[in-house]
Amino acid sequence: MKKILYSGLLFIAFFALKTVTAQTKKPLAKPSATTNINASIQRGKAVYATLCVACHQVDGGGVPNLNPPLIKTSYVLGDKKRLINILLNGMQGVDIDGETYSNVMPPVSQFSNQQIADVLTYVRNSFGNKASAVTLTEVNSLRPKK
Amino acid sequence: MKNNHTRLKIATLSLALLCSITKAQTNKKAEQFKLPQGFNISVAADDVGRARHMAITTDGAIYVKLARPVDGKGIILLEDKDGDGKFNQSSGFGNYGGTGLYIKDNYLYASSNSEVFRYKLDKDQRVVDPSKPEKIVTGLIDRRQHETKSITLDNNGNLYVNIGAYSNSCQEADRRAGSPGRPDCPILDSAGGIWRFKIDQLNQSYNNGSRFATGLRNVVGLDWNQQDNSLYVMQHGRDQLDMFSQFFNSKQSAELPAECMYKLKEGDNAGWPYMYYDPFKKKKMLAPEYGGDGTKEANNKFIDPVVAFPAHLAPNGLLFYTGSQFPERYKNGAFVAFHGSWNRAPQPQEGYFVAFVPFANGKPSGEWEIFANGFAGVSVVNSPREAVHRPCGLALGKDGSLYVSDDTKGTIFRITYNKNSK
Ligand code: HEC
Repeated sequence: MKKILYSGLLFIAFFALKTVTAQTKKPLAKPSATTNINASIQRGKAVYATLCVACHQVDGGGVPNLNPPLIKTSYVLGDKKRLINILLNGMQGVDIDGETYSNVMPPVSQFSNQQIADVLTYVRNSFGNKASAVTLTEVNSLRPKK
Repeated sequence: MKNNHTRLKIATLSLALLCSITKAQTNKKAEQFKLPQGFNISVAADDVGRARHMAITTDGAIYVKLARPVDGKGIILLEDKDGDGKFNQSSGFGNYGGTGLYIKDNYLYASSNSEVFRYKLDKDQRVVDPSKPEKIVTGLIDRRQHETKSITLDNNGNLYVNIGAYSNSCQEADRRAGSPGRPDCPILDSAGGIWRFKIDQLNQSYNNGSRFATGLRNVVGLDWNQQDNSLYVMQHGRDQLDMFSQFFNSKQSAELPAECMYKLKEGDNAGWPYMYYDPFKKKKMLAPEYGGDGTKEANNKFIDPVVAFPAHLAPNGLLFYTGSQFPERYKNGAFVAFHGSWNRAPQPQEGYFVAFVPFANGKPSGEWEIFANGFAGVSVVNSPREAVHRPCGLALGKDGSLYVSDDTKGTIFRITYNKNSK
């Protein structure tokens, strides 16, 4: 019993310390990873609104039987290379988490690598998703030129 | 009368309840069904599967085609044995999904997404041998876009089958921003039109059927009009004009082109993919894939629509009303079931209702109007999956009731008329 209390206190103390250091750190640091990711999400939101929204809808819920949702699918949350390639090459006739969809996903290669990184970072952090950012470097490695 | 009224109340109440449960978080108000005075709507059956088109027997039983088989059954039979208005599934057969279903002269015709079958019916219009249909059409294109095959029959032994185009607008790269149209669109050789076959020959395909009409992107709702002995179809118009953002913004893309009703004669060309119909200009416009810019008109050889409805509403059912239960103005008029749009985002989606167009002497005799609304269960549909029900098929009961299928929750609705009810 004592032991649990003790470790509990330690736990709390640890977090208190962590938040304090995080808070004190903030104003000092240069654009941190989090502010970068937030900026990327904001840019990605705009990219989403120009094209993806037509099929995947404002809530990322897709259209039953036609366009898949972007909510916690194995593609959205899974391997980033595979995800980037869907945008670069398009997709058709593939079952998604056990469902079939009667429409095509066009390649969106008109977008820059930065836009692709941004829109995927946005998708992976919206509609109830929480996953790491897709970086420009990761897109560059799959499409060297743009 | 009272009975119907209570039934409607129960239906609306349970819908409201359902909506308040599913929509509690989004805080949207559930909407009640709205119909003209004297009409009632009730639930005939529920949770039957992804109900597409229906066919009703002489004694009032309902065959329903399911988009996907449930327990290996793609066609189900619903019967109301005690006459209380509630239908129960009494049998099922046909291990294939699909949309088309039609009864004529003691045969039940049914389609998968690539074939058409027919089943002999007995004197009560029950299928004689569910395991042995005749396969009358086979080998039709199914490329997982506009793949459903709707069917209807004329009075001369012909079957009409929609073969939808496996493309949005015949671009070099389908649905890709700015991609040009393929010259002399090759899709039209095997899709993007209505094909005609004989009702009594086995294993017909492209080589022994004929292309009855072309230039139709995709048709789901179609019906044979007995009054002027002609085929009428509802086209699903093209999507995403804003792939050509130099000519169309997202609002224009949401409001163009019209969903068109066409009357088809043999050899007609409705113009897909070369044109689209602008319901505001009331003109046939050249598609941007083929040099259009929103102002250039299309070649005048393409036929004009009979009725132009708002864009993207997805007409999935068409029925000319030949019953005698409804008031006189509905006689021979057209009911259209709209599945509801998806291609209007980021604007709210529209449709999800049954419309009516009065007809006289084989022509519309007035403007179209919303006949039955409230299927979506929410007042605004921001994303199609919010809709509780999506109207799909229409069928006429022997007593003149109108049945509406819903392929989302699997509800079969029955609409009746009683001039004394409010
Ligand atoms: C024309 C409609 C359309 C547009 C525009 C579109 N998609 Fe898709 N998308 C689809 C369809 C249809 C599929 C599924 C294809 C299949 O089943 O093979 C899909 C699949 C996906 C998938 C993988 C499956 C899943 O649900 O997780 C992702 C991720 C995705 N799209 C993201 C995007 C993003 C991001 C954009 C905008 C840059 C976009 N899509 C634009 C129609 C579209």
